[in-house]
Amino acid sequence: MNMRAEPPVGQKVRVATASLAGCFGCHMSVLDMDERILDLVERVDFDRTPLTDIKTLGPCDLGLIEGGVANAENVEVLREFRRQCKVLVAVGACAVTGGIPAMRNSVPLAEVLDEAFVHGMGLVNPGIPDDPELPLLLSQVHPIHEVVRVDYFLPGCPPSADAIWSLLTAVLEGGALHLTWAQLRYD
Amino acid sequence: MSNDQQRSTFTLDGRRIPFTPGQTIMDAALAAGVYIPHLCHKPGYAPHGSCRVCVVRADGRELSACTAPAAADMSVESEVADIRALRVAVLQMLFAEGNHVCPACEASGNCTLQAVAYHCGMLTPRFPQRFPRRAVDASHPDVILDHNRCILCELCVRASRDHDGKRVFAVSGRGITSKLIVDAPSGRLGDTDFSAEDAAAHVCPVGAILPRDEAFRVPIGQRRFDLAPVSRVGDVALDPDAEVLAADAESEVLA
Repeated sequence: MNMRAEPPVGQKVRVATASLAGCFGCHMSVLDMDERILDLVERVDFDRTPLTDIKTLGPCDLGLIEGGVANAENVEVLREFRRQCKVLVAVGACAVTGGIPAMRNSVPLAEVLDEAFVHGMGLVNPGIPDDPELPLLLSQVHPIHEVVRVDYFLPGCPPSADAIWSLLTAVLEGGALHLTWAQLRYD
Repeated sequence: MSNDQQRSTFTLDGRRIPFTPGQTIMDAALAAGVYIPHLCHKPGYAPHGSCRVCVVRADGRELSACTAPAAADMSVESEVADIRALRVAVLQMLFAEGNHVCPACEASGNCTLQAVAYHCGMLTPRFPQRFPRRAVDASHPDVILDHNRCILCELCVRASRDHDGKRVFAVSGRGITSKLIVDAPSGRLGDTDFSAEDAAAHVCPVGAILPRDEAFRVPIGQRRFDLAPVSRVGDVALDPDAEVLAADAESEVLA
């Protein structure tokens, strides 16, 4: 498969990725495209991603977001991605719907924290962490489109490498995302 | 008059569909082996008209194929872009209304809601998620009832009433608070005469009525809707054209 839309000569497409309330499974699925990554890196440069050491995000053509929005830092990072990225993509069930982490929405946050840090079994030094360095949890987990505008949605838990390849092709060509029946999965 | 002369036809996406008076558009299409997406409809059950996924345009008007009677020489559009978009919007409302966490659901791969959403090319529920907090009823020894996945199609209501003769289920409440209830003073499924052998235990098109101890037994790739799209393995009698679809299913562009 080839990406038909070549960027201007000497100018690569700049891509950033982030995992918010994600499990890094979508990033693993990106790596699952195997040797096609070699084709990819000839056409794109990576900005801030968990795969590079870049700490702050610069202007990018494409941002891929894995994971829903579960805490204050997720909100901050997501808004920064929206500011810096021309095209923003919700990758995977968590970013698209909230996913499995959003199952905590059926329990009040106080009870979640209590179970994990105060009255859960086997706790040695109980107490809810309260250092200001730690981001506060939101009362509910949200899909990213409830916080910022999203240009593309790619479902799947995780999306297959083929589906991610279809997405990259669509984005780089500036067209609609077309998934085949075999590529469209929510699970 | 011979039987042939009594049979009229209408067109569905340009294709002639024969029907007998009294048949709905859905009845006639399914009998002819043509799939119209549907959730609350099931052949052999009284039409319900609640899910609206079977919306078609007949002679310029949008209506539900499962309740609209077929008429001679009617022109019906189904698999066209704007009707598909209406269906996706209806599916998005259903997905955003409940907690449809497919990655954690035992029904994934065997779920008609999911399969129809694949067929219609839904990429996202789009709307703000409602995240309902409805209690799960695990009081029955053989079946679990998860109200957070229920789409109120009332197939279980109709199955229990019309096929099992039990009237275990009903839908109660108004508006967004409408919910499936069971006929027991306690309101618990375990306190009814519901049985895992009932028809009502097997008609749920989603993961709301789940048999116990059967979870995740079928490997991924071999589940009902892994093998072929719902348009082929739904309740449609396969016809020669459907076989052509089968060959193309892997590469069929949906979204």
